[in-house]
Amino acid sequence: MESVKLLNLLKDMQRIRSMEELCAELYTQEKIRGFLHLYIGEEAVAAGVMSLLKPEDNVLGTYREHAHALLKGVSARKIFAEMFGRVDGCSRGRGGSMHLYSKPERFFGGTAIVASGIPQAVGLAFASKQLKENRHTICFFGEGAMAEGAFHEAMNMASLWKIPILFCCENNFYAMGTALSRSQSQTNLVLKAKAYVMEAESVDGMNVIDVVEKTSRALEFISKEQRPYFLEFQTYRFRPHSMFDPELYREKKEVEQWKTKDPIAFAKNEIIKNLTFEDEQKNFVNEWEKTLKEIQNEMKDAIQFADNSPLEDVSNLHLESW
Amino acid sequence: MKTSYREALRAGLKSTLNSVKNSFLIGEDVGAYGGTYAVSLNFLKEFEEGKIIDAPLSEIGFTGLGIGAAIGGMKPIVEIMTINFALLALDQIINTAAITKFMSGDQINIPLIIRMTSGGGRQLAAQHSHSLEGWLAHIPGLTILTPSSVIDARFMLEYAMKENSPVIIVEHALLFNEKADCPESVENYQIQKANVLQEGSDLTLITYGGMIPRSVKACEELKAEGKNIELIDLRVLRPLDNETIFNSIKKTHRVLIVDEGWKSGSLSAEISARIVENCFYDLDAPVQRLCRKEVPIPYAHHLEEAIIPQKDDILKKIKEMLK
Repeated sequence: MESVKLLNLLKDMQRIRSMEELCAELYTQEKIRGFLHLYIGEEAVAAGVMSLLKPEDNVLGTYREHAHALLKGVSARKIFAEMFGRVDGCSRGRGGSMHLYSKPERFFGGTAIVASGIPQAVGLAFASKQLKENRHTICFFGEGAMAEGAFHEAMNMASLWKIPILFCCENNFYAMGTALSRSQSQTNLVLKAKAYVMEAESVDGMNVIDVVEKTSRALEFISKEQRPYFLEFQTYRFRPHSMFDPELYREKKEVEQWKTKDPIAFAKNEIIKNLTFEDEQKNFVNEWEKTLKEIQNEMKDAIQFADNSPLEDVSNLHLESW
Repeated sequence: MKTSYREALRAGLKSTLNSVKNSFLIGEDVGAYGGTYAVSLNFLKEFEEGKIIDAPLSEIGFTGLGIGAAIGGMKPIVEIMTINFALLALDQIINTAAITKFMSGDQINIPLIIRMTSGGGRQLAAQHSHSLEGWLAHIPGLTILTPSSVIDARFMLEYAMKENSPVIIVEHALLFNEKADCPESVENYQIQKANVLQEGSDLTLITYGGMIPRSVKACEELKAEGKNIELIDLRVLRPLDNETIFNSIKKTHRVLIVDEGWKSGSLSAEISARIVENCFYDLDAPVQRLCRKEVPIPYAHHLEEAIIPQKDDILKKIKEMLK
């Protein structure tokens, strides 16, 4: 992969991480309330997949979707304002962390009912096929969703009716606190997808290069064949499931082991490895410091914006809805 | 020539699919089989490919697909065979269709129609005889329509398609062979208000859907005895037409609600509460209700009849109230 491309991916991953770390901090300050699910550790998946999308493509996420919204183009300002429950939030403060929506960026949530977005994503892809629009539809879900009926119904319809959609399973090995092997009889998720006569592949979700390569191949296939494709991204969340999770279900050792595969450290190393001369490497380190500053500034500005955003007028609640 | 409720539904569906751009019909057995109640008979042959879609037995799946297609710019008509099976799709209906417009800060509209039949009376036993439309009427964000007449069977869908939000059309399985005159068009047709089917001064009878024909008969018999009943067909279970209900009670001072659903926590309870909240001093007698008895529907004919309000039950109740 070209180093410029890799650097951009690294920046995207760092933007996600910085945002998520600030979320955790703001949660302890009680600026953000409700449920908060962080993406730290899984950044390579969203960064890799989203880097291949165009503005007109459709994306549906889960309740762990800040990263996907951000990289689809929803501003950090609007995301923080939403989490602060303010009127300038991307859902006017009605959705919060789990329900980020932005129609202009074609980001369609943000669902907190596991797997419920999957048939809806099939519907979006169906519509773009029928209306002969040239856009991809990407549906993110966790491996826990693959035990839900909605997943199986959606997979069947997508394959049966040759619906051009990319199913992205973010397999972080735990459905909240229940390990994959303790909850599903078939733990080979690619085989599960293949049972629906669908192209399916496993991806190293800690390696953004692998994510980009395989997703790019999948998207090409979908465009050409007008059929669905399933990708399993093996990844890991470094943080608890939500802010209320005491993590009784996994060993610290296991978490530490996965942290050695940190997707950001990995990408940084890859870049440095390709730089032959010491001054090139030094230069990169200096540039990266600048980038970190830029990202910090972006997030600081977003938080300030959110803090200054007014609360929705209560009398607006009934105005446009019904 | 008279038109049947079934033929009227078919005509309404056909003209809607023909006239509304990007509309399509999806559901179990809507195509090759011709629709469980033969509403979409021959549609698969008559329409272009992709317009009529036989879905797998996946209520969550194809209801969710309808939602996604609606968000994506299409005008889906999802047919869920009966309200009993709609229970499987409740998550899609409530957790997405009903709430997304609100939860997205008024950004995402879901112009989706869901059709289904409801009700008992055909010896289909407990799992095929539910009347749960009152339950759906609990949910903000949904419009619930219950066509009881041939005219509503013909025109409700066309008008519902103009809404930019989810509309559930609940048809009653016992009405499909009811016949009446059906005009080509109806002036000032609307899907917001209840219909006063018969004006009267002695008592207001509020009902809807499958309970209409037996209520009409009961009112006719009472008329012969000199008792004038005002009969209201609700037509729209959400949002309820308070005005028509309250105006009638201000005139008659007595009210009976007939609802095929169970009594506890029901639509009849909601209507009763609204009357008491708003018309208490207009009432000359307590609000009364006739509902399905609080057991599952049994198979045996005489048992089923004993549980669902019949014409004679309505007559008896009204006579008691007017004593």
